[in-house]
Amino acid sequence: MSATELDTILGTRWRRPRLIRHPGLRWFLTVGFVVYLVAAFMTIEVNWARVYEGLDRGAKFVLAFATPDFTSRATDIWEGMIESIIMTVAASVIGISISIPIGLGAARNIAPLPVYLVCRGIVAISRALQEIIVAILLVAIFGFGPLAGFLTLSFATIGFLSKLLAEEIESMDPTPAEAIKASGASWTQWINFGVQPQVIPRLIGLSMYRIDINFRESAILGLVGAGGIGATLNTAFDRYEYDTAAAILIIIIVIVMALEYISGIVRARVQ
Amino acid sequence: MPMTDQDGTAIWRRRTTGQSMLQWFGWLIGAAVFFYCWQQISEATTWFFVFDAPRIAADIWTRATPPKWEYITQLGRPIWDTLNIATLGTLIALCFAVPVAFLAARNTTPSALFVRPIALLIIVATRSINSLIWALLLIAIIGPGVFAGVIAIAIRSIGFCAKLLYEAIEEIDAAQVEAITATGASRWQVMIYGIVPQILPAFAGIAVFRWDINIRESTVLGLVGAGGIGLQLSSSLNVLAWPQVSLILLVILSAVILGEWVSAKVRGAII
Repeated sequence: MSATELDTILGTRWRRPRLIRHPGLRWFLTVGFVVYLVAAFMTIEVNWARVYEGLDRGAKFVLAFATPDFTSRATDIWEGMIESIIMTVAASVIGISISIPIGLGAARNIAPLPVYLVCRGIVAISRALQEIIVAILLVAIFGFGPLAGFLTLSFATIGFLSKLLAEEIESMDPTPAEAIKASGASWTQWINFGVQPQVIPRLIGLSMYRIDINFRESAILGLVGAGGIGATLNTAFDRYEYDTAAAILIIIIVIVMALEYISGIVRARVQ
Repeated sequence: MPMTDQDGTAIWRRRTTGQSMLQWFGWLIGAAVFFYCWQQISEATTWFFVFDAPRIAADIWTRATPPKWEYITQLGRPIWDTLNIATLGTLIALCFAVPVAFLAARNTTPSALFVRPIALLIIVATRSINSLIWALLLIAIIGPGVFAGVIAIAIRSIGFCAKLLYEAIEEIDAAQVEAITATGASRWQVMIYGIVPQILPAFAGIAVFRWDINIRESTVLGLVGAGGIGLQLSSSLNVLAWPQVSLILLVILSAVILGEWVSAKVRGAII
């Protein structure tokens, strides 16, 4: 801090620095935000009588978590769960194996410009389209069933994993790759020995995370007819069978927790 | 180091025979699981529809193009609702996520034995269940409409924001907290002057990041009746009005891209 600045500060009370330094911008954002909030609240119609009526149904649902009913719809739950898991496994395997070459192509430091543009285009399309919308279109094209769900999850995996893999490759240390290249390695040897060892721990971690996401997503694809537990869950809600719905939700939560635990162990081991 | 003896010269190998057998066996099991899953999917698929898919896709494409541009006049209100669902949902979620994050972080939790597991359970339970499922549930409880969508987005976001925030809290620099404590500050003063300034950039980043995701999620909440542009999408799909569907998809796509652009700008300004 220069001396003149110190002179102006001396004798004045210390104040906490703000997140947005420029006062004009700060006031503009605050006022704009308040105006927006008022407008938003004005336009939302809440039927409080309906909400009030629903409260005891809500209480019933919360109580249902204490007494989940795993048995009366056991076969439906079991079949839906197995289908969800099957879709998750198959889509993760296919999605990850396709996203590796696309990830390589989407990294600017190892791919030539035309390949880079094509791969980035694929990634952008896959990321911009919401899973459930892709599922609706694929169900319309391929018919009901787990195939549509499997394709949806694979497609979504490609966008997610390729982007993060490409970013990892772009931020890697170029020295080992250059050293491998200098020894006269072919392109595959260069990728195998120069690039792959640097990104593989992150790739494994991301893949585990993506399996976790795929399972969670597979639980909702059934809502649009793309297979999995979602259809059973939807039926349970429609029939107000909260205890069955609670049982399904508990199973989903337990599986997600188990997957997170496993991926924590795997990530700790590879890093 | 594992070696093999070949004509009297030792040759280096990466793994011992046992290790490579084990690895080979692991791959075998993985492949078997994948093929089992694929077989299950294939059994549940009507392959006639799949072989027919290119024709169907071309048919849908001809029906959906060109989009029915004049329909856009009816999309103003739904897209405003979608924006409100995302923004208000994010705000409500942040109000709950901050206390939960402080209770879950190892260095700020009042009791690591009792309070922390409860906070972690809230985080896992709200995070594992997709906002569409929360929306289904809330529609059964408080009736269809924008309000159910806001609450669904809020519940889903609590776990996500709280998880990222408590990780940021655990990574803060303890020296600054100690310095504030050494001046005789109370617990709340330590919080305001020692902890909050350190996590404020992370907090703003998380808020905007989640808002971006929520824009995507709120576009499809209407499919189950929770307000927003998804309602129009669902009704257009139900009457097979493909030109409207394609226009709605274009609007959703531009909303998603706009959301991502804003979020990237804000995060770029913070970091």
